[in-house]
Amino acid sequence: MAKFTKKKDGDLPAVSTASLPDIVFMLLFFFMTVTTMKDSSLMVENTLPNATEVKKLEKKDRVIYIFVGTPTREYQKVFGTEPRIQLNDKFANVDEVGSFILAERAKKPQELQNVLTTALKVDKNANMGLIADIKQELRKVNALKVNYTTYEGDAFNNLQ
Amino acid sequence: MGRTRENPEVHAGSMADIAFLLLIFFLVTTTIETDMGLDRKLPPDIDTPVIDLYERNVLRIILNKNDELLVEDEVVPITKLKQVAINFLDNGGGLKEGAVSCTYCMGDRNPESSDNPQKAIISLNSDRNATYGTYVEVQDQISAAYNALRERESQRLFNKSFSSMEDLYYAPETSEASKAVLKDQIEEIRSMFPMKLSEAEIQHSNQL
Repeated sequence: MAKFTKKKDGDLPAVSTASLPDIVFMLLFFFMTVTTMKDSSLMVENTLPNATEVKKLEKKDRVIYIFVGTPTREYQKVFGTEPRIQLNDKFANVDEVGSFILAERAKKPQELQNVLTTALKVDKNANMGLIADIKQELRKVNALKVNYTTYEGDAFNNLQ
Repeated sequence: MGRTRENPEVHAGSMADIAFLLLIFFLVTTTIETDMGLDRKLPPDIDTPVIDLYERNVLRIILNKNDELLVEDEVVPITKLKQVAINFLDNGGGLKEGAVSCTYCMGDRNPESSDNPQKAIISLNSDRNATYGTYVEVQDQISAAYNALRERESQRLFNKSFSSMEDLYYAPETSEASKAVLKDQIEEIRSMFPMKLSEAEIQHSNQL
């Protein structure tokens, strides 16, 4: 019965790593599908206010973003500390909002052009005057659907 | 000297490293975020004719430059705004001749407040120097008032929560038939408490 040779002690079988690429690819595809690319880097402070009665902003291809806030520290020397508007990757004045919306709208497919939403990502310390001016510009170009983008949370935290 | 027809085996050992590299790249450059927010519709930029309204049907909310809230010329803390708005919308005071009363309202039926929810308009006026955070908070509280009233009616009429009905309606897996039913119910609730929020031109502050 010498066929059954005893295994040597301490000889662990090697763990097969052949399926490791598959596992990692699975992870990779998961992240590729659930995430979105950062399309523009923020040049303004953007602490959004909190709200509770929020709706999800779905279908990202139908959204145009406008960022408002005080410029971040590296831009403060040039642009000051007053809240500014950021459109795509540059600072803009209020009167540029209308043409920006029209240009963005023209980039979208025809069937989406009437259902676009403008997401206002505004820092909670910005003042309302600027927002009112932006809204007036949006009305001029007939971009009437707006979304005040917020974090979900207790709205009473906004005062701090 | 003939070449061997055998294909040399591709070495797959480094495949995992390549995949990890890709994975880390995607982890760094992408963000998982679903934006949330308050949806609003701006009024079109056309001259609307002047509409005469009874003062009792308008709830005037003013947000001043110090982020204080004035409701009908009285200072009201923001925490109370939801209840004030509910009392106003749910008043149903229209018992006079010619005015339509509101059968489902449970308010005080105060003749000095709104006739019925269809006529009740909330007017929000914010100063240019008010902060955006407070403004969003006010908008949020007003939405909360409408949602609370809609929720109550939907529980009474359909024994379902209004927000779950809305979620179900927008869910892609809901069938067309049940969507049609839901749509009618949602429209009914919405028409009971239509959201009428007016933001007139924002006034300039007198003091600089």
